Amino acid sequence: MLDDLRELYQEVILDHGKNPRNFRRPDTFSREAVGNNPMCGDALVIYLSLDENQIITDVAFQGKGCAISMASASMMTEVLKGMSADQAEGLFKAFHAMCTGDDDAPEALDGYDEETIERLRMLAGVRQFPMRVKCATLAWHTMDAAVNGNQEISTE
Amino acid sequence: MNTAKIAAAATAAAAARAGDNSSLAFDVEKVRKDFPILSQEVYGKPLVYLDSGASAQKPRQVIDAMSGAYETYYANVHRGVHYMSQRSTEQYEASRAKIATFLNARSENEIVFTGSATEAINLVAHAYGRTFLKEGDEIILSHMEHHANIVPWQLLRDDIGIVLRVVPVDDDGNLMFEEYEKLLSPKTKLVAMTHISNALGTIVPIADVIRRAHEIGAKVLVDGCQAVPHMSVDVQALDADFYVFAPHKVYGPTGIGVLYGREELLNAMPPWQGGGDMIESVSFEKTTFQKAPLRFEAGTPAIVEAIGLGAAIDYVSALGMENIAAHEEGLLHYATQKLSAVDGLQIIGQAREKAAIVSFVMACAHPHDIGTIVDRAGVAIRTGHHCAEPVMQRYDVAATARASFGLYSTREEVDVLADAIGFVREMFG
Repeated sequence: MLDDLRELYQEVILDHGKNPRNFRRPDTFSREAVGNNPMCGDALVIYLSLDENQIITDVAFQGKGCAISMASASMMTEVLKGMSADQAEGLFKAFHAMCTGDDDAPEALDGYDEETIERLRMLAGVRQFPMRVKCATLAWHTMDAAVNGNQEISTE
Repeated sequence: MNTAKIAAAATAAAAARAGDNSSLAFDVEKVRKDFPILSQEVYGKPLVYLDSGASAQKPRQVIDAMSGAYETYYANVHRGVHYMSQRSTEQYEASRAKIATFLNARSENEIVFTGSATEAINLVAHAYGRTFLKEGDEIILSHMEHHANIVPWQLLRDDIGIVLRVVPVDDDGNLMFEEYEKLLSPKTKLVAMTHISNALGTIVPIADVIRRAHEIGAKVLVDGCQAVPHMSVDVQALDADFYVFAPHKVYGPTGIGVLYGREELLNAMPPWQGGGDMIESVSFEKTTFQKAPLRFEAGTPAIVEAIGLGAAIDYVSALGMENIAAHEEGLLHYATQKLSAVDGLQIIGQAREKAAIVSFVMACAHPHDIGTIVDRAGVAIRTGHHCAEPVMQRYDVAATARASFGLYSTREEVDVLADAIGFVREMFG
């Protein structure tokens, strides 16, 4: 029991869950999107600032949810800063594959730095808990919607 | 009587006084043997199923009645002259009669089988609502309704322009009866209210609600989904006009719902679905309809599910609803005591009259994290908004964790839950 749980609820994740980083509404931003998980009641808003070259200059969020969804959103904001919108979307696809499949290092991760990959890997422990995958991916789905100019998404 | 027997009797009497599991009236260990699913392990731990409020497990008697029907006499009902159809029809209708007796309806004609309890409420919203209500009429609900007793009325509102009024609940989860009385007016045509709140456990004084509604000529639909598994329900004593319940929460199968309705009301309502089995005669010029209940049972019904439900009703009746209620009340008190003692744990819903449902939140952890952690200890609880978002908003929580007890639940299982909650605190505290 403990091993699986400890793998999911690692200290880093508990810390991000309790003290989420970039938990704010920026004064200025270029994109925002709302993400809802109607089955749990989790809800968050992602704020993205993209410069003229489609580089993410700032990313922040606000919302309410479980430790997994808050930690995932918090860690996502830390890794996305400085990436291009295309890179962010590529990372979303890779992360999604990690959470739903068995592949710890999908090819899609080629080209991302090791620290980023390591952070995502921590959250990928959620694959042992299929009911919780949506918690880990909610922020990423919402970010993807923001990049694509959709204002609201819902995961079920 | 030999010494051993005397000692055993003394122990049993003491246990009965203490209200523990081995009380004389209700032997929970014996009852548990009837439920094959309960003897298994999950994640290497004995299964502790505390989610009966979402759906109850099934006793061997129900499973056997259903497989027995499929294996020996299954055929379509109300159609053939052959032996199998006749036997299936007899068993299907026998279940209806059992439910009529169980709810103390006047006749089995007052018992309609639907696809679910939700469908039963939708049936009334369509067939009664669209016939007898008009623009400006009011329906009164409570703040603690399940979505199934909110959304059908909203659809009706959007369709014909009725108005919905909501009775508030106080901080402990009691229905604010004086506010209900203020909402009643000549415009009130229907009250649609839960008997027991699925999210809070509150037992609503539904007989009083019905009496006051009837004084001004309004009809009352009662959502009895959480009540029928927990207490004895007498629709005549309550004077209910419509009473709905979910067989799968009463140890019966899924795929079927029950609507009780006063016979004269049901027969005044038009059909809401057309098809086979609900007609008297059909021509392309004119079709005439059966009386209730068949008027509302278009198409091949859930035959074997109805038969399984009959077995479930036999099962709980043999145990005695009063004994079940007493057993669950003991569990409620024990669980409330045990969980209240946990630092940082808050029970949502502490109404004066409660069923065996304990909803709670913890300062250190979100309900979903609680749910995942206790799951690994083998404990199944519900987490989320319980299809009752307005209640969640009322208490300013997005979700709660909910332990709900059934006739097979034990104090030892409450202890396992409490230990698992201790681990949540250790991890998140």
